[in-house]
Amino acid sequence: MDLVINGKPVSVDVDPRVSLLDLLRERLDLPGTKKGCNQGACGACTVLVDGERILSCLGLAVQYEGRSVTTVEGLAEDGSLHRLQQAFIDHDGFQCGYCTPGQICSAIGMAAEARRGLPSFVTADLDGDPVPLSGEEVRERMSGNLCRCGAYNGIVAAITETFAEDVR
Amino acid sequence: MIPFAYQRAGSVAEAIAVAARPQSKYLGGGTNLVDLMRETIEAPAHLVDVTGLSTAIEDTDNGGLMVGAGVRNTALAEHPAVRSRFPLLSRAILAGASGQIRNMATVGGNLLQRTRCAYFYDDAARCNKRAPGAGCDAVGGFNRIHAILGASPACVATHPSDMCVALAALDVTVHLDGPDGGRTVPFGDFHLLPGDSPDVETVLRPGELITAVEIAAQPLAARSTYRKVRDRASYAFALVSVAAAIEVDGGTVRDVRIALGGVAHKPWRAHAAEAALIGQPARSDSFRHAAEAELAAAAPLSGNGFKVELAARAITAVLDDLVEERA
Repeated sequence: MDLVINGKPVSVDVDPRVSLLDLLRERLDLPGTKKGCNQGACGACTVLVDGERILSCLGLAVQYEGRSVTTVEGLAEDGSLHRLQQAFIDHDGFQCGYCTPGQICSAIGMAAEARRGLPSFVTADLDGDPVPLSGEEVRERMSGNLCRCGAYNGIVAAITETFAEDVR
Repeated sequence: MIPFAYQRAGSVAEAIAVAARPQSKYLGGGTNLVDLMRETIEAPAHLVDVTGLSTAIEDTDNGGLMVGAGVRNTALAEHPAVRSRFPLLSRAILAGASGQIRNMATVGGNLLQRTRCAYFYDDAARCNKRAPGAGCDAVGGFNRIHAILGASPACVATHPSDMCVALAALDVTVHLDGPDGGRTVPFGDFHLLPGDSPDVETVLRPGELITAVEIAAQPLAARSTYRKVRDRASYAFALVSVAAAIEVDGGTVRDVRIALGGVAHKPWRAHAAEAALIGQPARSDSFRHAAEAELAAAAPLSGNGFKVELAARAITAVLDDLVEERA
């Protein structure tokens, strides 16, 4: 089957049992995406598919034929880190780093959701206007990404700073 | 995971024909089914991917909405008609799972996720869902999160969906298609209480496919909300949740809809509470009385007695918020 990974066309022959996560890590030499719980509870495996964040551990690779997948390896451009990657460094948004690729991919998808007006559980009204990313909004919207080191303060700071200008 | 064949269906007719093979299952977003396959709780020989079918949300002739079974949870929560006409549904969906899972999960799949508890996943435990007749280790075990209404000695698990609690409070019809043709089922009849056969969770017949969920027009629902009480602020199943809509005229309750999550094997429509409220003053004491009328039938287990009072307070608080326009 054919799909696009980090902007490059890829053609693979894959057993239906293989998750998108295992395809990335074991077959395509892209170990940046992490396997934490492998059951949809931790968010470490978050990738972007056509710009939307999903859990690659719960997706069968065959379901993503023809789609465009972005992993943490595909975020830097021309040798420069994505601005959110730099913000994670600036704000010390990690300790062991294992959840970081999932946190970063998830946050990029999350910011796009807020920009287009998707409310969250803590959004006061449902009018569909772009939602400013307060600390409370970021914590709710990022609740599917666990950090067992507890680096949440740095993570939230990195995300809110990076996307603060996107929605005013 | 045992080997299986995968096929993406191009049409409902094709999906039903392909799924006529033994041990076939339809695949939506996979957020529950893939996990259960990995745990070998589900072991289909054929997976028929139906995520590309019926992905539209359309207005119906009578002012309702027809929601395709392949619509992702995020898309339903985000739809302008849902946000404005059925806010309890948007709120309920946004209270469920995580952003990533809501982007994957489909409406049809949300209805068909398994009613489950930790013992269901534990193959060292007895579970009548995994092995009918084996017994239930939750009844005498750690049952803090389990059911207080409609349970049986065979199963005390609760339905995990938030979206379905909102649907239970509305006038909703499930559209099915299958080897013997199409039919519709009222949402309240779709899921089953455990009885003696908790392994059977819905009225779906072999090979039947959910094609759409139809939400009837309901002006009452414009004033509605969803509250979820859980052990942590986000990304946890409900201890108790309440979906409610109310219409008040001159201080009197003209119409009201209440459904509960986290308390039963299926999304629990609170008919007794609704009946107790119609025609009553729209005040806290009426709401509390109605909640108690519903919970009179509660049969808590050793570890979940707190849910009875929690549910009573949650119902009262949600109705208070609605009539005082805080929600």
